[in-house]
Amino acid sequence: MSANQDGTNLLEVRGLTKIFGTLTACDHIDLDIARGEIHALLGENGAGKSTLVKMLFGSLEPNSGEIFWNGQAVRISSPGAAKKLGIGMVFQHFSLFEALTAAENIALSLDDGSPISSIAAKARALSYSYGLPLDPESLVGDLSVGERQRIEIIRCLLQTPQLIILDEPTSVLTPQEADKLFETLERLRSEGKSILYISHRLEEVKRICDRATVLRHGKVVGHCNPREETASSLARMMVGNEVQAVVRAPVEGIDKAQPLLEIRNLTRKPATPFSIPLKGISLNVRAGEVIGIAGVAGNGQGEFFESVSGEVLQQDAASVRIRGKDAGGLTITGRRLLGAAFVPEERLGHGAAPRMKLSENLLLSRHATDGKAFVGAGGMVKSAAIYSAAQRIIVAMDVRKSAPDPEAAALSGGNLQKFIVGRELDRRPSVMVVNQPTWGVDAGAAAHIRQALIELSRSGSAVLVISQDLDELFEISDAIAVMHNGELSKPLPIAEATFEKVGLLMGGAEPGHAEHTLETA
Amino acid sequence: MDITINILLTIATAATPLLIAAIGELVVERSGVLNLGVEGMMIMGAVGGFGASYLTGSPWIGLLAAIAMGAVFSLLFAVMTLSLATNQVATGLSLTLLGLGLSGMMGTSFVGQPGERLPNLEIPGLTSIPVVGRLLFGQDPIFYISIALTAAVMWFLFKTRTGLTLRSIGDSHTSAHALGIQVIRYRYLAVIFGGACAGLAGGHLSLVYTPQWVENMTAGRGWIALALVVFASWRPWRVLAGAYIFGAVWIGQLHAQAFGIPVPSQFLSSLPYLATVVVLVLISRNKRLTMMNTPASLGQPFVPDR
Repeated sequence: MSANQDGTNLLEVRGLTKIFGTLTACDHIDLDIARGEIHALLGENGAGKSTLVKMLFGSLEPNSGEIFWNGQAVRISSPGAAKKLGIGMVFQHFSLFEALTAAENIALSLDDGSPISSIAAKARALSYSYGLPLDPESLVGDLSVGERQRIEIIRCLLQTPQLIILDEPTSVLTPQEADKLFETLERLRSEGKSILYISHRLEEVKRICDRATVLRHGKVVGHCNPREETASSLARMMVGNEVQAVVRAPVEGIDKAQPLLEIRNLTRKPATPFSIPLKGISLNVRAGEVIGIAGVAGNGQGEFFESVSGEVLQQDAASVRIRGKDAGGLTITGRRLLGAAFVPEERLGHGAAPRMKLSENLLLSRHATDGKAFVGAGGMVKSAAIYSAAQRIIVAMDVRKSAPDPEAAALSGGNLQKFIVGRELDRRPSVMVVNQPTWGVDAGAAAHIRQALIELSRSGSAVLVISQDLDELFEISDAIAVMHNGELSKPLPIAEATFEKVGLLMGGAEPGHAEHTLETA
Repeated sequence: MDITINILLTIATAATPLLIAAIGELVVERSGVLNLGVEGMMIMGAVGGFGASYLTGSPWIGLLAAIAMGAVFSLLFAVMTLSLATNQVATGLSLTLLGLGLSGMMGTSFVGQPGERLPNLEIPGLTSIPVVGRLLFGQDPIFYISIALTAAVMWFLFKTRTGLTLRSIGDSHTSAHALGIQVIRYRYLAVIFGGACAGLAGGHLSLVYTPQWVENMTAGRGWIALALVVFASWRPWRVLAGAYIFGAVWIGQLHAQAFGIPVPSQFLSSLPYLATVVVLVLISRNKRLTMMNTPASLGQPFVPDR
């Protein structure tokens, strides 16, 4: 290997193609990575980034194309082969085992057979030298997402790779944790290691990456130096056209408006050993405003949504109040009848039944609230009325589909999300609670959904949005509250909120919320 | 005194097949595969063991045949669920039904034939020690295998790298695959090990417990072994405890029935089940520990995308 240190790139990819059925996920991709550079791979969801790196890491086999490592043609047939070459990977959806300790997790990816205790010692030493402190004895299930990522990174570094692939590493981190990660990456670069950095966050790509390759619909659409581009010129390359900016008119006199959704001292015990208890959450959402809830994934947002939507009932009926009525003891249907609507995070299997048609999915969530419109005498379903309502939603939300009334699972993630949000908006709910409204949705559709949520609030509804995407929350919210370890901070009015303030709260800077409870009660 | 020792010996004999079958299934489930065919593999082991012993005259060959029969029969399950990704619950249930039927057919000529029992251990000088001699040094060979097997599985699962890999596959097969672990190969080996254990457990029934062939002679022991694994929250020493509690209460209630205690016999017959469940539920009260030991990918088919 050392013979090729000069001139040649560390990794060259020529014409790499991967076909799944009728979909060409990667279409003749070319990519060069030099030694000691941070190379960005940019693209929207579904552009083929993950498919490409899976082929580089040996978890997927390309249909055609060549990979050169240090100038030599190689075939990467398995993750083991990739590791042997010197390619390490930090996964987007962590490949960690929750029921095992950090040291055991690390041991599993090292094949040298050394005892776990010595691996633990090595991991601890390495983690401190990179400023990513890690306790090898702790159970992964108990760790925060940021800590889990440290394990992944340390595990990867212990294999002394030449090339490190990071798949969307900051999507689960607070801004401060991300800064820490960037320091580590810069240090690795100064040690001569190469990094392939996958992201759709343009600001951070501009900040740390030396070169960028942009993918769209499985094809390379450009190479550039991100430092010379603007965020909007990069976005244009990714999306292919201009993205409509979201407009949010400021609201006046919101303090006098009536709270439509009131959460008072909402408390919940952990349902499983690895889930987060909710600790005395209080929040008011008034008519006409959008409140955003930020937070690193896994800090109780899922548990909070379940409690507010009625998937889990509360013992204290007054802990959730919808339009002035106690709703804590009501089921989802009961809360819907009070005028609330909910969009859960998981689309297939939660927001929609995958194998049912869109019109049937519409009936499933609205048969109780729109009984008269959709269900006739004797419980007979009015198919024609449901079908035309479904078509109305499809047109309003610009849902792209292959058949007039397809199964939910046949739609792409973004289009299904548009339908699900549209289905709830179509009711004109007075309270709307959405968890991760645009997760995995392309930029155009995301802008559409965000604009629709703002318009709903301006027409007099209360809108609560839980999201991990800070850019999104800053775009649509009138105030942002932060959830950390099952506690909710005081909402910061958007005029006072900054990335830094919210980031600190996401890291748990504000202890306890006793005073907040008093204020809102 | 003699009666007590005899009772203790019968308890060990009753617990041994449960322990062996359950330890085998524990390894299978730790790898994330749910094989409900334990009863079927056991009865195949029983008929194979008896048949080989009857035809060759050697119960030792019978013992090996029982193990081989269980392993081969489990291979059928492995091919179906691992290579063809069929539903594990349905496949396991059909394996049990198939085993019960097939063993009955294979065993028609063995019914009523006298079998030869595996000889008990005899160590001159040790076996004749009063009280402990017969308990420690005078039992059937499969008893010793069962204890050694439990210790070996404990050591394997929690002290070796391969055991760690096996547990990791049970926790998340997608993560394991992403790390380059050969998920399917490990699971094949685990399922075959489980089959061999179930076969051995069946062999114990037809070569030690009652050295003869009777149709359906496993009488639900495979199901008890399956339940023991779950109630023992996938921990080997608890499986051992569970098997012996079941064995003890079962032998106890048999004696109680023989003494004519004025309690309905149906109630007495149900006691072993009740006692085992109560004790194992009590020792697995720690929800957190139970969650940690539960193989999270249990029963889910794994199809790697390539």
